[in-house]
Amino acid sequence: MVNGDRSSQKAHIFFLPTCHPRAGKAKTLLTGDNVFKAFTAVVASSIILILGLMVYYLYLGSRSSIEKFGLVFLIGVDWDPVRGVFGALPLVLGTLVTSAIALLIALPISLGVALALSEYMPKRLSNVFSFFVELLAAVPSVVYGLWGIYVLIPFLREIVYPPIRSSLGFLPLFSGPIYGGGVLTAGLLLAIMITPIMSAIMRDLFILTPSTLKEAAMALGATKWEAVRVMMSYARSGIIAATILGLGRAMGEAMAVTMVIGNRFQLLPSSLFDAWYTMAAILANEFIEAIDPLHISALINVGLLLLVINLVVLICARLIIWRHVKAVGGVMRE
Amino acid sequence: MEKSVVLTVILLTVIVLTGVATWQLLAPQTMGQESSKLPQSPSQLPKEVSINGAGATFPFPLIDKWATEYHKAHPNVKINYQPIGSGGGQRAHIEKTVHFAVSDAPLSEEQFQKAPGTLHIPITIGAVVVIYNVPNVPKGLNFSGEVLAKIFLGEIRKWSDSAIAALNPGVRLPDEEIVVIHRSDSSGTTYIFTDYLSAVSQEWKERVGRGTAVKWPAPRALGAKGNDGVAALVRQTPYSIGYVEFTYAMKTGLSYGRVKNAAGEYVEPTIESITKAVEYAAIELPKGDESWSKVSIVQSVAQNTRAKGAYPIVSFSYVIAYKELNVLPGIDEATAKALVDFLWWCVHEGQGYAAELYYVPLPPNVVRLNEDSLRMITFNGQRLLRG
Repeated sequence: MVNGDRSSQKAHIFFLPTCHPRAGKAKTLLTGDNVFKAFTAVVASSIILILGLMVYYLYLGSRSSIEKFGLVFLIGVDWDPVRGVFGALPLVLGTLVTSAIALLIALPISLGVALALSEYMPKRLSNVFSFFVELLAAVPSVVYGLWGIYVLIPFLREIVYPPIRSSLGFLPLFSGPIYGGGVLTAGLLLAIMITPIMSAIMRDLFILTPSTLKEAAMALGATKWEAVRVMMSYARSGIIAATILGLGRAMGEAMAVTMVIGNRFQLLPSSLFDAWYTMAAILANEFIEAIDPLHISALINVGLLLLVINLVVLICARLIIWRHVKAVGGVMRE
Repeated sequence: MEKSVVLTVILLTVIVLTGVATWQLLAPQTMGQESSKLPQSPSQLPKEVSINGAGATFPFPLIDKWATEYHKAHPNVKINYQPIGSGGGQRAHIEKTVHFAVSDAPLSEEQFQKAPGTLHIPITIGAVVVIYNVPNVPKGLNFSGEVLAKIFLGEIRKWSDSAIAALNPGVRLPDEEIVVIHRSDSSGTTYIFTDYLSAVSQEWKERVGRGTAVKWPAPRALGAKGNDGVAALVRQTPYSIGYVEFTYAMKTGLSYGRVKNAAGEYVEPTIESITKAVEYAAIELPKGDESWSKVSIVQSVAQNTRAKGAYPIVSFSYVIAYKELNVLPGIDEATAKALVDFLWWCVHEGQGYAAELYYVPLPPNVVRLNEDSLRMITFNGQRLLRG
């Protein structure tokens, strides 16, 4: 219902001026609609322009690193600013693994939160909770980082990790020394950071699904849970979009991660408790007092790489959505 | 209703564009090359002058204090200092986009060639202190350069290692693995500390070297951001060792170690022992307008067996400025004069504010050296200071 209204309005704005009979000669080109249309076009294309400029300047800044290391930069496992040897593979792996852990934890939780808020809670209570979720989504990342250092790390080191190690220690993933900070801590903190924004988006999606859909399912004798599943499959592409947004935030997060991950440049950590490093974290760390031009160039190269990897991940996710949309035949899409 | 939406959008656009335009016009006044072209507003009474500086983050609290105090005493002079990092300060100096730069490291030989006529003016002193968190072990453990290098190389793995025990007779050291905590961000603090380790350990010099960021070889090492980050992590991590600026060690109340100097004494970091190191090193300092690329208090104290009572991990923060100020684009004589007066004030009255902020004031022989350097500053060949 809501969707229907929205899309017809959109059509109105975009197509009326050109096909409306009275929009012909009598009026000048400077109608409000035309101005607005031009304005949206300019704003939309500025996104492409900004992205293009960013890639271009990142390329310019990293040129000496690209010329010196080329593709070896991607597979290099050494980062030695004193000798001018730079390779980014451990950073790439660190970024991907911490983001994956974050997503693995945040996705089910966000789905649960969103369903509770949109379907199961009484409306008043849900409004209060939604407010808190949105509030959490607006907390700056450095606050999460500080909380990570002073609350999360001691809690995990003293209470959570020791029993995990003593029960699952036979797995290499959960053995080795516990520092408090590390790969798992970074993944957990990222999960906590991206859950609010993911839940908020998913809640909006669920609220916006046509209630006729659920009503139809219920009329056919579906239980509430079955009806919710119908609704979730309707909103699936939106769920994926929310997940991508969360993933993007996790991959690009610098400040909070650097405060809890331990910042050790190594190819693979010895366990999930061990320290590691991410691309965004090394940028946040080393950029400000980097003096050697090659060091600066290598750091900008890491920035470029982060952008490219983000782009690849986004494109993959887009492809998944498009395939999914085709699969449901577009009927259920707005 | 739609019309009002369109109008609102247009209005918002106009507001945003005006905002951007204003920002574009105003931004260069606070930073960048443009600033020096229009540094003073055509104000009526005493000519208003704004001096722009940028650089190291370590002395920022002190410089900020100086800027405030100086502005109180000279209301027509405004000092803007941006703590963008030593590297950024050096670049800004070479590109001539600031009136003065501040750096924890002197210009390298190559940079000095690129910026002929550069003066180095030490304005304050930094020292690096070794902090540790070992339960049931008292404050003031003794360390030597070799032992510190081996700990940070990962060769000494346990607190109970005989090398540490030999320096600390009578202290019961636990049989626990050492966790090394270092700065993850590039910093002048790391530079001073690795400079020291390179001076006392051949192996460190060959395997790691010195720099604002280095490759840390110890297997059980964690990086933390900023002095406060290192202090917090050491406080939280039992059996850890780290290094922070002197000021942070004093403020956080963590246990810190005494370090053996070349004279064979274990010296506690205090304002006196740090000043002593600078006094010994100052004997061989170059003139202000010569290259300072080789200057390192750490290097000259590390091997100086006569440096009694000197704490060995010490370094300067420098103001870097041009000897002939007319090379800066758009600078006028009033600004040049104000800059020299401000710097003169910094190395004299300004030093009085150092101790309360836990900075170490310059010893008299360095102040005299700075006086000579500041007298060299000219504008269009005219000296700006007399006497």
